[in-house]
Amino acid sequence: MSVGENVCFSLDRLQEIDVLIKKYPGKRSALLPVLHMAQKDFGYLSMPVQQLVADTLDLRLMAVREVVTFYTMFREKPCGTYLLEVCTNAGCMLNGGNELLAHMTESLGIQVGETTPDGMFTVTEVECAGACAGAPVVQINNAYHEKVDAAYIDAFITKVKGDQL
Amino acid sequence: MISSDPKQVKAICFDRIHIENQTSLNIARKNGAYAFLPTVLKDFDTEHIVDEVKKSGLRGRGGAGFPTGLKWSFVPRNTGKPTYLLCNADEGEPGTFKDRDIMRFDPHLLIEGMIMAGFALGVHDAYIYIRGEFLHEVEVVDAAIKEAYAANLLGENILGSDFSMNLTVHRGAGAYICGEETALIESLEGRPGRPRFKPPFPAIEGFYRCPTVVNNVETLATIPAILEFGGDWHAAIGVPNNTGMKIFSVSGHVNKPGNYEVPMGTSLKVLIEEYCGGLQHGTVPKVIIPGGSSTPWLLAEHYDTPLTYDAMMKAGSMLGSGAIIVMDETADVIALTRRLAHFYAHESCGQCSPCREGTGWLERVMTRVENGQGCEEDLTVLHDAATHMAGRTICALADGAAAPILSLLKHFPDEVRERLMEKAA
Repeated sequence: MSVGENVCFSLDRLQEIDVLIKKYPGKRSALLPVLHMAQKDFGYLSMPVQQLVADTLDLRLMAVREVVTFYTMFREKPCGTYLLEVCTNAGCMLNGGNELLAHMTESLGIQVGETTPDGMFTVTEVECAGACAGAPVVQINNAYHEKVDAAYIDAFITKVKGDQL
Repeated sequence: MISSDPKQVKAICFDRIHIENQTSLNIARKNGAYAFLPTVLKDFDTEHIVDEVKKSGLRGRGGAGFPTGLKWSFVPRNTGKPTYLLCNADEGEPGTFKDRDIMRFDPHLLIEGMIMAGFALGVHDAYIYIRGEFLHEVEVVDAAIKEAYAANLLGENILGSDFSMNLTVHRGAGAYICGEETALIESLEGRPGRPRFKPPFPAIEGFYRCPTVVNNVETLATIPAILEFGGDWHAAIGVPNNTGMKIFSVSGHVNKPGNYEVPMGTSLKVLIEEYCGGLQHGTVPKVIIPGGSSTPWLLAEHYDTPLTYDAMMKAGSMLGSGAIIVMDETADVIALTRRLAHFYAHESCGQCSPCREGTGWLERVMTRVENGQGCEEDLTVLHDAATHMAGRTICALADGAAAPILSLLKHFPDEVRERLMEKAA
């Protein structure tokens, strides 16, 4: 969904947000969950979307901005259809996380943090995913993939590219 | 089944973990979930529960190891304000991955522990703060909570008692610092996770300035067994002052990385050799980080150290969250230290200058040391920066950032110098 100037939540979403707000002593507590919802609905948190969240929760835009910029999972720019997040912290580093990341950027022809020109893949490096027994760990659109190697990633990329055709 | 004989106990938090579909309420109940809850709600009172938890010797499993019963006893009564219970499931300390398994395989154990803790503390609203990346776990716990509401295990007048409690899952959004309890509270209030000055401690002024208890997942998941079998039963497991079972998350250069729940006091060597299938290369570990990346390193000479809060302290480190990162002879400790320096610089919330500036310095200097652009003086810079950060900030992130640097300089100065020489030539 493209983000125009006049963005709004669906009626279902607004009802869901109403229920959510009642679970907390203060409305502001709903900010992180509502930002997650907004990111899911609009793909990323553009300025109009952040304004929408601010209006929905009766907050100043600045209160939303400081939260969006503080937490790494909130994105202010669009990313590829497949967001590949590679952990390279201690456990993964000791088990090939860096080499895996290098393989991915090389085979996709992009730098860490970039998106392929066809808009399909974004590769990022993330901090400890909390699944170190499965090192190296790659999150693909929020799903954990553990003990990942180059062959696994290559097969995944080939598969989703094939699905597109 | 958990044995009532403390000597026979094989697991507490992981007792039901290998049973399939344990996430479903029916199956969990068939295997004993919530079986003892009616007795607690009917026959126990606050004083009795807090006493049992104190007697159990249970220490917080999130990292600090603070006695849980004592923490609960700090909560003032009759303040006219509500008391909140927050479960810290923001599992982010590099090397830690135990709470994830409790949540995804046995969420009802955590929920039961929270109902019991909430009952003891007079809580009406409780929250589980789960790190944002754990979307699957958020969904599993959320579904379990819905089932618990439908079975009157949560909500109004739980199981016909006078006790009512709501439980809500709250998803974080990717910030290591939110595992610090006051940062978690800030985050739960819809703000950036910047730790608060203490005192006041959360027990007095926490969530929305009301009395608040923040407990780790593993801590809360231990409560049902303590109340069923008694504080003395729990105190008889492990060793004095370090009682009970503990889950250790073992990662790095071991053949069978994973979570292992063992009695406190088991030695590092036994855990790594007998449970984790030994090292990937060689027979002697080069470095063991015993309690998550923020804890000082141990060497081969510490291989026989018992896994207890006290023994780890004596060995110069900390048990922390029980996240054991093992490195064998193939490990590049300089590259690892640089990687951890990057982590802390990325995760510093930025409100205290020693940490904001210090973590940046450590990362920049470590990067040039790793790349062979460093000089002898850099060792002094690293040492000075690290020692001037630790203990000078609101929270312990700066101490955590200093720990790997100081460990590297203390244990591997020759390796660092060699790297400087090698690249210079």
